[in-house]
Formats: sequence, C-alpha cells, structure tokens
Amino acid sequence: MASPPRCELSGISKRFLGVTANDAVDFRVAPGEICALLGENGAGKTTLMNILFGYYRPDEGTIRVDGREHSFAAPRDAIRAGIGMVHQHFTLVPPHTVLENIIIGTREGGRFLLHRAAARKRLAALQERFGLRVDPDRPVAELSVGERQRVEILKALYRDSSVLILDEPTAVLGPQEVEGLFHTLRLLAEEGRSVIFISHKLNEVMEIADRVVVLRGGKVADERRVADTSARELAQLMVGREVLERIERPAVEPGATVLAVENLRLTDRQGVPLLDGVDLHVAAREIVGVAGVAGNGQREFCEVLFGLRVPTAGTVRIGDEAFPLGRPRAAEEAGMARIPEDRMGAGLLVDLTVAENLVLNRYDQAPVGSGILYHHARAEEYARERVEAYGVKTRGVDQVARLLSGGNLQKLILARELDGEPRVVVAAQPTRGLDVGAMEYVHQRILDQKGRGAAVVLVSDDLDEILQLADRIVVFYEGCPIGEMPAAEADREKLGLLMSGVAA
Amino acid sequence: MDDFFTSAFLTGLIAATLRMATPIIFAMLGELISERAGVLNLGIEGTMVMGAMVGFLTTLTTGSLLLGVAAGAGAGMLLSLLMAVLTVYLGLNQHVSGLGITLFATGLAMFLYRLAVGSPIVPPTIDPFTRIEIPVLSSIPLIGPALFRQYGLTYLAFLLVPLVAFFLYRTRAGLVVRTVGENPLAADTVGVDVRLTRTLCLMAGGALMGIGGAFLTLAHQNMFLIDVVGGRGWVALAMVIFGNWHPVKAMIGALLFGLLDGLQLRLQGSDLAIPFDFFLMVPYLMTIIALVLVSRRAQVPAALLKPYRREDRG
Repeated sequence: MASPPRCELSGISKRFLGVTANDAVDFRVAPGEICALLGENGAGKTTLMNILFGYYRPDEGTIRVDGREHSFAAPRDAIRAGIGMVHQHFTLVPPHTVLENIIIGTREGGRFLLHRAAARKRLAALQERFGLRVDPDRPVAELSVGERQRVEILKALYRDSSVLILDEPTAVLGPQEVEGLFHTLRLLAEEGRSVIFISHKLNEVMEIADRVVVLRGGKVADERRVADTSARELAQLMVGREVLERIERPAVEPGATVLAVENLRLTDRQGVPLLDGVDLHVAAREIVGVAGVAGNGQREFCEVLFGLRVPTAGTVRIGDEAFPLGRPRAAEEAGMARIPEDRMGAGLLVDLTVAENLVLNRYDQAPVGSGILYHHARAEEYARERVEAYGVKTRGVDQVARLLSGGNLQKLILARELDGEPRVVVAAQPTRGLDVGAMEYVHQRILDQKGRGAAVVLVSDDLDEILQLADRIVVFYEGCPIGEMPAAEADREKLGLLMSGVAA
Repeated sequence: MDDFFTSAFLTGLIAATLRMATPIIFAMLGELISERAGVLNLGIEGTMVMGAMVGFLTTLTTGSLLLGVAAGAGAGMLLSLLMAVLTVYLGLNQHVSGLGITLFATGLAMFLYRLAVGSPIVPPTIDPFTRIEIPVLSSIPLIGPALFRQYGLTYLAFLLVPLVAFFLYRTRAGLVVRTVGENPLAADTVGVDVRLTRTLCLMAGGALMGIGGAFLTLAHQNMFLIDVVGGRGWVALAMVIFGNWHPVKAMIGALLFGLLDGLQLRLQGSDLAIPFDFFLMVPYLMTIIALVLVSRRAQVPAALLKPYRREDRG
C-alpha cells in the first residue's frame, strides 16, 4: 500500500445473541481505490460495513478514518466522518420526492426552512458530474429500481462522502444498468474517493475492483489484488473448498404441453397494466426460465399462477383442464408446486413448527386430518420422513420454523411442495439469498423435477441461474414477454438487451 | 319553522360551528403531528380530559385564564412524555399504551379534581374567556359577527392549521418528521435521531391536545365535569384519518363536525318530537359515515404503529 488508508478497521468483532458475525476483522481502503468485499451470504460483509457506517457498534476493535480514531454511536457520526452507505434494501421514503429524500437531515442553506431551489442546483451539478440521471421532482414510488439506487448514491454524495459503501448494488440491476453504475464508480475513484463494493458475484468483482478482500465465516479469508488473481481462485477462497463443477443437465426431450398460459392481463388499482398479455407454454420435462429486470411483471405473473391475484383477462390450463384463477387451493389441487419468492411471508408460517409447515397443504386430508380433528403425531411422523428426505437441518420437527437458516427454510418449502409428483413446478427466485451449498441443492432438486416429467417455470433475477438451468428463456419487459430463445443460443449480452426493452 | 333559517340563525350557526370545531382542531393537530412521526396516540381523549381539569383548577386558584391554558398544555405534554417512554423507548404496543393512558388520565383527572374541590353540591365555576371582537371585520353583515367575534383560542386554532402545514411541508424539521413517520430507517441512516424526533412530536401534540381540553373548561363552559370532553378526542382522531393526515383537509372535517354539533344544539331547542339524545348522536354518526367514504384512499404514514429499534438484525 503506497498511500495511507482512507479508513481502517482493526480487530473488529461483533456478535449477535451468541452468533459471531465478525471475528477480529482487519480491513482498510485507500483513497481512489475500489475495494470489493467478497463472501458468501452470512460471511459477515454487511455487518462489517454497518459497523463502519455506525449502524452497529462493534464489540471489539477500532475504526480509523484519515488516521483519526472514531467511535461511531450512530450513522450520523459516520456521515460526519465522510462515510456514506447504499444499503441493499434501499432506505428511501416512497411518497417523498427524490429531492426530499436527498436533502433530509442536511443543514446547509439555513437551519429552519427547506431551500429546495438551492438544493436542486447542487444536486444537478452532482448528477452532471457523475452521470446519475433521475428527475429530482418525481416521487420515489414512481422510480425504477435502478433509478432508486441512483438516488441512494446521490444521497451519499450530497453529504460529501469520501468513502462510499455499496451493499450488493448489482443484485437488482440489468446488465446495461450495471455498466452505468460501474462508470459512476470509476468516476468517483478518479476523484480520489474510496469505494467499497460488497458482492458475491465474481465476474463483477473482477471487472470493477482494484483489490478484493474475501470474508468467510466472519473472518478475513485472504485478500488479493485483482490483477494477481482469477475468478476461480476467488471462488475457492470464498467457499473454502474446490467449487463443484457445473451441474449435469439431463438430456431429455420435452414432452407434451402441460402448462398453457394465454393472454394473461392484470392491471393495478390505478389501471396501470402489470401484466400485458402474457402467453407461455411449458412442456413436460422442460424448464422455462423467466428473466427480466425486477419489477417487469415477473412477481405478478407468479402471484396469478399461485392463485393469489385475479387477472383481468386470460386463461391458464394445466393439462387439458382450465384452471380456476384466484383460488390458491385450486392451484394446489391441479398439481402445481409453488415455490414463492417471499419465503418467510408466502412460503412458510415461520412462527409455526416445522411439522405444521410441512402439512400446510395436507392438514385436512388423511392421515393427518380426519373430520374436524388434526393428528399431531401423524403430522410429525410425516414431517420426520420429509425432513430426512430433504436433509433439512432442524433440532426436531416440533421446532419453530423461524429458527432455521435461509437454506433450510427453502428446503422445507421444497419438501412440502415437491411431494406428490406435481405436474407443474413454479419456482420464483428459488436461490435468492442462499449460500452456494444450498443453491446447488435447490438446483439439483429442480432438475430432478424436470427429469421426473414436471413442467418447470423458473423465475429468477439471477441470469447465471437461468442460463445454467433453463432449456428455454423468456424475457419479461413491462409486463409481457418481449422475446424468447433456446438456452443454447442465449448469452448474457443478448438477454441483457431484451431485458432493457430492446427487442431482438 | 318559517323563521328557522333567518340570517340571525345562520350567523349563530356559523359562529357555533367555529366554536365547536376549536377543541377538535387543537386535538386533531396534536394527533396529526404525532402520527406523522409514526406514533398513534390513543391517549388523546384522556389527555384532553386532563388538560381540561388542570386548566380549570389552575384558573380557579390563580384567577388567570392564560395560566390555565398554559397549565393544560403542560399537563398534556407530561402525559405524552409518558406515552413516548412507553411506545418510543420501551417499544410497547401503541394501541394498548394509548388506551391505558386515556383510562389512567381520565381517572386521575377526576381524582385530583375531587381532592382539590371535594364534592360540593354546586360545582365551582370560573369567569371564562370572553370573545374578542375584531374591529371593522366583525361588522361585515352575516359572516362578520360569525367569524370575527370569537374566542382568542378559536383564532389561534385556525391560525395553527396553516402553520402546522407550513412546518410539515416547508421546513427541514417537517421533512424530518415526515421521514421518521414513513421510514425511520431512512431517517436514521442520514443521521436523524428517530426517538428524539418522535418524543418531541408526541410532546408538542400532547400540548395541543391539552389546550383543546382547556378550551372546553375555560371558554366553551366555565366548570369541569367528568364528561366535558365527551368523545371529542376520538372525533379528532377520526378527523386525522378523514383528512388523510393533512392539516387543512382534517380541518375541513373538524368544521363539518362543528357544523353538525352546532346544528344539533339548535335542533334540540326546536319543537321537533325527537328525543335530544338523537341529535347528540348525529355528529358522531356522521363522523363514522365520513370515515367510511374517505378512508378507502387513505395514505397512512407507513411506519405508524411500528416501534423503531436499531440493533435488530435483518
């Protein structure tokens, strides 16, 4: 390190209820440097950065910024020291305008009144300098995810942050938007600001960072200059073992059409179309990947298939039978396995036990239910069998589901939904937030379903996942498929163009 | 009934509308500020009772009406400080805490009143506020005497409405309050002290509720009775929703209630063969109907009812 660090964390430890999130971590970043913080989910990246941002107080360790030691009691202290952070889940106020979101809590231009004109001028200069286009007078609620991220970055820059932390900033962006973000980050580094980039995506880290610090299990596994390493080496450092080879894809011919969606339309309360004429046919032994930038109707599409929303027009057939819409139970009875995006909300009742969660779709059927009675013992017996079959790590089937890890929660959903040979499997963001091991497991189970003869719809924001699993890829844009192609012909660039609305 | 809608009647009705709306407006503004910061203060009714009692006793002992108003505001502030400790710092359920404070304050007000004055057959009275006539304006025909011959507190209530709106939408502190009520995490991550903001809003709100109560014993009437507030706190609460959390719209609701309240007073005096209890009920009934009509498109502050804590993970 030629230049002295802009900020330096030494010996940081943080525990939550006995779980160690950070264990004696040393980390520093130099002026003008883009440093990636790489690691699996749960490796402690976000906790470490929340400590630097003053959101958590470390149990041990010191923070230095520009050589001075700081003890941040709240984000306000970190902001004053020049630290800015863009959280993965944005901290914006949707009904307020962009400008209001940016100037909240700032003091310049007078202590009492809001000086919108002066603020707007300063904001415009920042936007110009860093290529962050967004209309300052629009309510944030109307903005796309990419635009919201720009607001968050502007919020930090408006406070003169000399260190900008970004937590998984590309998770919600399309490839073209990622390019725009990287351009901005490079401009920031050229000005001498430090950028800390939290990610678990190797390609991006290799592209944007100067230096990579790899966290594993709350400790620094190692660090490398990007010029001296490879994606493969980083992957090994990240998971701590040889990465498995690509999953084998069984070569099977698709069969007859099982799921047929025709002209599906849905509008919101204001009459804005959310789904704008979706047609989709999925055959037995076929995985259709639904790609798209988040917010282009994928979620609503799944909700209609799950029976959670009633479309304004359209039909769905499973086999030869028309499928009654808006009735969740009907989806179940028609043989659809539902793996929802919102695991803790729609997928499970986290305050109920593992066993109760496993019988949610059969509690009223023999042998678990008979008449008005519910047989705990039979439910638990069934549950033990499923927990065993899916390798769910739990202290017992009477444990409350909330206590399981993310990967085990997802296994619980799979164990419930994939029982009984479903004809259709709809999986929405099935590996979001999971670590590599759990991800591989989920992928394998999805491929098993395909091999068994199910028609699979895989909705995912993760292009790598779609490219890896799908036989055919459909791209959603503004509520309908804008294009499709066989997976064999697809690559990130082609998909990226479709995702940004450029039809092939 | 031919002479029912005479100009004197109209003038009297408009004047009564403003007068009856006054305590509602104070309490409504107090509730609105609290809720905009994310705390539902169901202590509103009890806070008004306490403001009415403390205001009355203070004036009774000191002879000063202004001191009475100030003491009513102070009592409201103290009660909402308790509310802040329970809901903001301890993170307790806002519904339960608020209802508890209402029950507690109502009982305590009666208890303290008894301690101070005992149980005389004729309750003690004070010389209440007199109306202030604004020269020139009050001689405009019809509306002049209605609008410009009112209590000082009534003028203050209507003056406060645009002031609160200005505060919320045009000042830095107002933006902070709105952000705290919508997304406290967003406020925290830009360096705002969420708990302090909520506490200050609750206390300012409590002061307004206390003044609303004091108006009832120092201007509207000249004595303290246990049912002096008579559900006006709940009506003010409803007006906040009716007005979609905007001071001016909520004021319109309060005026509507004041109009019905003024009208029912007059209808009681008419020779219609309907028990007067019916007329007493009408404003409250209309409040419910208005709420049903309006609240479908309500934009509730997103963080209302949610305590904020930082060290929670996830």
